[in-house]
Amino acid sequence: MRSGLSPQAGRGEEREFATQAHEGPMPLSLETRDLTIRFGGHVAVDHVSCAFRPGELTAIVGPNGAGKTTYFNLISGQLRPSEGSILLDGADITGLSAPLRTRAGLGRAFQLTNLFPNLSVEENVRLAVQAESRVHYDMLRPWMTRRDLIERADAILDQVALGSRRGVAATALSHGDQRKLEVALMMALQPKVFMFDEPTAGMSIDEVPVVLNLIAQLKQDTSKIILLVEHKMDVVRSLADRIIVLHNGKLVADGKPAEVIASPIVQEAYLGVPAGKTAA
Amino acid sequence: MMILSGDPPRSRLLAVLLIVIVAMLVLTPWLFPGAKAMNVAVKICIFAVLVASYDLLLGYTGTVSFAHTMFYGIGSYAVAIALYAMGPSWAAIGTGIVVGLPMAMLLALAIGLFSLRVAAIFFAMITLAVASAFQVLASQMSWLTGGEDGRTFRLPELLRPGTVLIDKSAFGFEINGRTLTYYLVFVVSALLILALLRVVNSPFGRVLQAIRENPFRAEALGYRTVFHLTYANCIAATVAACAGVLNALWLRYVGPDTSLAFSIMLDILLMVVIGGMGTIYGAIIGAGIFIIAQNYLQTLMGAASSAAADAGLPLLPGLLHPDRWLLWLGLLFIASVYFFPTGVVGRLRRPKAGAA
Repeated sequence: MRSGLSPQAGRGEEREFATQAHEGPMPLSLETRDLTIRFGGHVAVDHVSCAFRPGELTAIVGPNGAGKTTYFNLISGQLRPSEGSILLDGADITGLSAPLRTRAGLGRAFQLTNLFPNLSVEENVRLAVQAESRVHYDMLRPWMTRRDLIERADAILDQVALGSRRGVAATALSHGDQRKLEVALMMALQPKVFMFDEPTAGMSIDEVPVVLNLIAQLKQDTSKIILLVEHKMDVVRSLADRIIVLHNGKLVADGKPAEVIASPIVQEAYLGVPAGKTAA
Repeated sequence: MMILSGDPPRSRLLAVLLIVIVAMLVLTPWLFPGAKAMNVAVKICIFAVLVASYDLLLGYTGTVSFAHTMFYGIGSYAVAIALYAMGPSWAAIGTGIVVGLPMAMLLALAIGLFSLRVAAIFFAMITLAVASAFQVLASQMSWLTGGEDGRTFRLPELLRPGTVLIDKSAFGFEINGRTLTYYLVFVVSALLILALLRVVNSPFGRVLQAIRENPFRAEALGYRTVFHLTYANCIAATVAACAGVLNALWLRYVGPDTSLAFSIMLDILLMVVIGGMGTIYGAIIGAGIFIIAQNYLQTLMGAASSAAADAGLPLLPGLLHPDRWLLWLGLLFIASVYFFPTGVVGRLRRPKAGAA
């Protein structure tokens, strides 16, 4: 396939950024080193090394089956890598289970909506707030007495415009609302790293801006790392500060959106734009 | 409201049913002083606890366990062996409790940590194996357990039927040690059920529901689900052992049939399904319906059969013959599971959704 031909674009730039990051007072850092996973003979993610910086929204693009979601699963701990490591704030978190990585600060919104279907919208968010507050084994008080948790959950629901539906079972929500709830769960965790996996997939046109505005709002806090897997190029173009391209599990391009989108290999192979036209 | 931990019955009919059942249980010694009625009432109390603790596992976490009778048996045997060996004293009862409850809890902890981290079916199989092994062990170690014959023992003076506390002349009815034991069982059962209601409505209980709904997502939120499931398993086992203690105290006997038989496990499963999983209240309803049907259906059918025969109806006397009561009990269960797939409580709580 084409991946063999592609240059590791933006490699030099990455190092430059990495040195910059060390100037501040202990900024957040997330890095994958030679991250690899094999399923039998198939290499789904192939030696991906990439460092993510706070205050920067990195879009991960690539054709279907490129390994984007698998890469996410490796970072958030749903899958264990065959090789390579993941570092959060310089500490190796490769050996941590998914719940411990969440506690370490990795927040994940899933591509296929992944909620507690028969619990109410409010209960869904409350569970995330509760997890963030480390209220795990409190079994002597009724949950109703935890007004603090309930109020925080309600505030988050208002933020994602689901306040009016808090009593409804999650399964009864429209697809768009379920996606919003998915994002609300991640926000409730107050992570250091936000990982959005196609947050607007399957949403109707008028619902998309709600989620995009939320992401844009999150971006204003420059101490966080935001990762976004997305197919829609207009979304990527408007939000991303940096794009990395995965193809057949390999990192094939990395750089500023304009550069990456303009590079002929991306134009032709991944964005479906004929090589002549330049998108900026 | 707080005594119910903010989880009221949420259905008027259910509330009425529960009040009727509880009132009947309170009044049984006055209304139906016969031995059979008292036995049935005690069995309802004990099984309500046993089924409610099983509901914590099956209904709230979605974990299938076949070892619940084993924990019930551990409680029964612990207190029985202590009373048998140490003689009828309160210290013996205390020893039985102090040995039995932690033993049930530790065994549940071991089984949980060993097998809850893998597939649910593996946990079910392990519990089945351990429970079977325990049953064999209990009947083989006859020097300790009395084997298949079990152990008969005496209770402390205060709880014996012969002990008259208040004479019949005072109120028109007698309060004796048996009545006292009855109320002991009733009060402890009520407290245990309220405690379970508290656990399932606590923040911890919500996490259990989250694990039942979507274990993958619960982990992604940062919950280490193995520990939650293991805790739930330990609580369920301890409460089951408490029910076992009450059972032994009431029967003044322990044996494989009354506290370890696999048929008890099947009864628990039926009761939790009939009552409604994941509700706790379903345990009271399920135990009430099941045990009353089990004990009185035959009598009822006998009456119906002879009434039909007297009326000269064809076929009916034969169909309703008391010997066929197990057939009708079976049909009753099939019908209840078919018409109330979410159990009686589930049906009562959502009448409109059912009608639509």
